[in-house]
Amino acid sequence: MLVAALVAPALAQDARRAYVVEDDAIRESLTGKPGDAERGRAIVGNRQVGLCLLCHAGPFPEERFQGNLAPDLSGAGSRWSEGQLRLRIVDAASLNPATIMPPYYRTEGLDRVARSFAEKPIFSAEQIEDVIAYLRTLRD
Amino acid sequence: MNRRLGALLLLMATQASAEIPEAERRSGYHDMGASVQAMQDDDMANPAMLWVLDGEKLWAQRQGAAGRSCADCHGEPSRMTGVAVRYPAFSESASRPISLDQRINQCRTEQQKAPAFDYESRELLSLSALVAMQSREHKIAPPDDPRLRTFLEAGAATFNRRQGQLNLSCAQCHEDNRGKRLAGATIPQAHPTGYPIYRLEWQSLGSLQRRLRNCLIGMRAEPYAYGAPDYVALELYLMKRAAGMPFEAPGVRP
Ligand code: HEC
Ligand code: HEC
Ligand code: HEC
Repeated sequence: MLVAALVAPALAQDARRAYVVEDDAIRESLTGKPGDAERGRAIVGNRQVGLCLLCHAGPFPEERFQGNLAPDLSGAGSRWSEGQLRLRIVDAASLNPATIMPPYYRTEGLDRVARSFAEKPIFSAEQIEDVIAYLRTLRD
Repeated sequence: MNRRLGALLLLMATQASAEIPEAERRSGYHDMGASVQAMQDDDMANPAMLWVLDGEKLWAQRQGAAGRSCADCHGEPSRMTGVAVRYPAFSESASRPISLDQRINQCRTEQQKAPAFDYESRELLSLSALVAMQSREHKIAPPDDPRLRTFLEAGAATFNRRQGQLNLSCAQCHEDNRGKRLAGATIPQAHPTGYPIYRLEWQSLGSLQRRLRNCLIGMRAEPYAYGAPDYVALELYLMKRAAGMPFEAPGVRP
């Protein structure tokens, strides 16, 4: 899938960084730095922050309730490159328009967002990078 | 670029989901554990019956400037048999469909000359539980009223439209992913068979609109105000989707 150079607009109110999509990936870190895998694990495992385990299962033996709406996250780091994982989290719909996976770093094209979340992406750029760093550790 | 992206996303947002074939329709009752089912099955264990008892008292009380009770005009509560399964219904005076709660409040204000009860108040829930219970085991029977058509269509559109920060539609969960697990909860088909329900998580009785509000908040979408036409249109569509299913109010849900 080719999504040529889609650049997120720099909106005045939010601190979203511009990014470049090449083919099916965002190669560059949104923060210019690698994230922290340990913090990333805490985000993915938290149902209020990451929400991932609502839909996915993953290597979280301490979490009793995990979803089965989506593939198990185990092994995601060997199935996908860092850049592919980044685009997946930033805006999964750009890979699969019908997906139910929420766009974690997009605010445009959304309808009736609750006031307390308006104009805010689900994740900050730092959180995106932490989650990517964690997913990269899921090799099997 | 962004305008085009926006238009594309809007287009995607209206994508049709897989409607549930009639033979596969099931009440949320079947998606819950045996202990919660047992609670609903036994009136001695069903906490909603406390509201029904309050409803019986209110039914008989003379209230408002008119000094009339529900019973004065309607007789026994059993005279309400078969009413709840055909709400929302079109109201001449409102020129749009109204919910059962709103119908009860219409009698409060117009017949009893008393102030309307607040949405989700103990009084309104008690009366609606009492009225709803009279239709137990009746089939859901939305009125075949051409005046409802545009409202039904609006409800269907809301059900199928992605909303909120999570960009999900009701249909993506309740049709495409019905029966699967969202973390610990089995996703039901969203049939309004048991309302008002006693929800263990609320530790209280609550209306269908309160349940819808919970889902909207989960999607991080702005909930509608209680009683808003948007909710009534959604209710109307949910009843239509569930037409013919047996009514089981007051239900119990986790
Ligand atoms: C509302 C449900 C939902 C949520 C929440 C969600 N996802 Fe997904 N995700 C999906 C679905 C469904 C897929 C399958 C592919 C598709 O639909 O595009 C998927 C695919 C993926 C994939 C690729 C799957 C593979 O083959 O390995 C990864 C990685 C992923 N998600 C990570 C995450 C992470 C990390 C989070 C939390 C930050 C998350 N997802 C939150 C539904 C969800
Ligand atoms: C992310 C998935 C998801 C979305 C989106 C969603 N719901 Fe739900 N809904 C649920 C789950 C899960 C439950 C059951 C909760 C429980 O048992 O704790 C539920 C319960 C319900 C019920 C109660 C069914 C019963 O048996 O009493 C109704 C009705 C309902 N939802 C309607 C809606 C409507 C209308 C929308 C859109 C405005 C919506 N839902 C959006 C997941 C979702
Ligand atoms: C002064 C008489 C009067 C009183 C008091 C009164 N109602 Fe009514 N009610 C009516 C009339 C008249 C109708 C319309 C009947 C019809 O359309 O066939 C009605 C209709 C209704 C309906 C809709 C029935 C249907 O078939 O759609 C409900 C529900 C209802 N009343 C509940 C109540 C409740 C609950 C109370 C007490 C809080 C109450 N009413 C008090 C006169 C009264």
